Amino acid sequence: MYRLRLYSVRHARTFEWIYKRVESVMVSLDPFFRWVGYNRVERPVALVERGVKSLLFDCKMCGQCVLSSTGMSCPMNCPKQLRNGPCGGVRPGEFCEVKPEMKCVWALAWDGASRMREGSDRIKEVLPPVEHGLSGSSSWLRVSRELAAQRREVKDNARTTLAEAFSGARSIEPASAPLAEEPEKAVDRSSGT
Amino acid sequence: MSTFDTTQIAPTGHIPTPDGCVSHSRLERVLKSGRFAVTAELNPPDSADPDDVFQAAQPLGEVADAINATDASGANCHMSSIGICALLTRAGYSPVYQISCRDRNRIAIQGDVLGAAALGVSNVLCLTGDGVGVGDQPGAKPVFDFDSLTLLRTIRTMRDEGKFLSGRKITRPPQLFLGAAENPCIPPYDWRPDRLAKKIEAGAEYIQTNYIYDVPLFEKFMSRIRDLGLDKRVYIIAGVGPLASARAARWMRNNVPGIHIPEAVIDRMERAQNPSEEGKKICIELIQQMSEIAGVSGVHIMAYRREHLVSEIILESGVLRGRSGSASGN
Repeated sequence: MYRLRLYSVRHARTFEWIYKRVESVMVSLDPFFRWVGYNRVERPVALVERGVKSLLFDCKMCGQCVLSSTGMSCPMNCPKQLRNGPCGGVRPGEFCEVKPEMKCVWALAWDGASRMREGSDRIKEVLPPVEHGLSGSSSWLRVSRELAAQRREVKDNARTTLAEAFSGARSIEPASAPLAEEPEKAVDRSSGT
Repeated sequence: MSTFDTTQIAPTGHIPTPDGCVSHSRLERVLKSGRFAVTAELNPPDSADPDDVFQAAQPLGEVADAINATDASGANCHMSSIGICALLTRAGYSPVYQISCRDRNRIAIQGDVLGAAALGVSNVLCLTGDGVGVGDQPGAKPVFDFDSLTLLRTIRTMRDEGKFLSGRKITRPPQLFLGAAENPCIPPYDWRPDRLAKKIEAGAEYIQTNYIYDVPLFEKFMSRIRDLGLDKRVYIIAGVGPLASARAARWMRNNVPGIHIPEAVIDRMERAQNPSEEGKKICIELIQQMSEIAGVSGVHIMAYRREHLVSEIILESGVLRGRSGSASGN
């Protein structure tokens, strides 16, 4: 809904806060999702995501949500599907070149970003082209997987560095500098979230 | 092909190659050596005759450091940009290969970039492209697989990393001077400079702007650009063009996306005894004003159907006067 979409941009800061919370919940659920299987939760989560985001942002389920970097204005609503800012055809009054009755998605995006805490910096980042193969899939689950993987990588790096620094100890007492994958329950989930 | 035997293909004067050039582009040399650059847009023919391209290039060549070959601008079909570039390089001109994201996907574009570089093209201009709806075939499928920034970053990766976006290696990377467009005189005004910064981040080394008829608005934009220090990181070439009449100006404003012409300019055209002459005069004044603005490195002249005026306009404006060997040519 167009009106609700404009509302979301005006309240970009609130949505930024909500999104942060949703994100940390999704990341902390990663072990659960992995246990159940990401492929099994994909459909129900995508269904919920589609419902909520279509209502609030006119979401097109591109599967690679970048709302937090686009002032909570969904770039898939741009008729040219630009991912990095307005084109050169914006009409007077910030209306769209292709759909003159609609406000420019990117004029809204910059407006939304200027109301956000981190969004005003994030909008400056050059975003990659849309991966069309991911269309229809859940972006929330993708964020959960990607962030969890990033964190595991950081943790692994730290462990590896420690193991290398104390290589002598590791060779005689392997448990003092463990490198093997820990069982799920033993992993400290509170860090960083 | 006798037309270009006697044709001058660029302003006179030797341009040394400064350090740090990424291509063999004359435009890059001119800009990096601190000279005021002149580029001109070629009106693409609706024919398959190479002589039509050479004839269109002839009046631009003697004053332009590079000639822009448009890529179906306004979503109207003409001879392709890459075809024109191939012909121009054969005749010794230095073309700017314009790439619009509207008609081709990432596979086609990356392939064409290699093809263009192999044909001797050394400048590209990365554009989003006008929507298909304004063109002569509004039922066409709009592609927009890339936007101008992802396109810039992609060509930059091809050039500097020697890789396609897929990671596959390119044995001989394309040596291209990378440009992008900016439209300072249309909304959202406040964010245009930030958008330009993003284009530099994505890989742009020079900027050609759309038509500028509103000098105060452009000056405001440029002062923001200087505040952000962007004029030190990119060469800005200001877009100008002679208007034919007040009626034509109104038509452009209403029908071509992204064109802002203030009422005062149209009034002046309306009052003029000889509108064509007045259009030329306004254009010369604009060029002179642009050359005075700090951070402007050149002008890009788009004289649609008024190509015969380009040489006179540039020479009368005096912007080439600093070139060694006198720019009056011939």
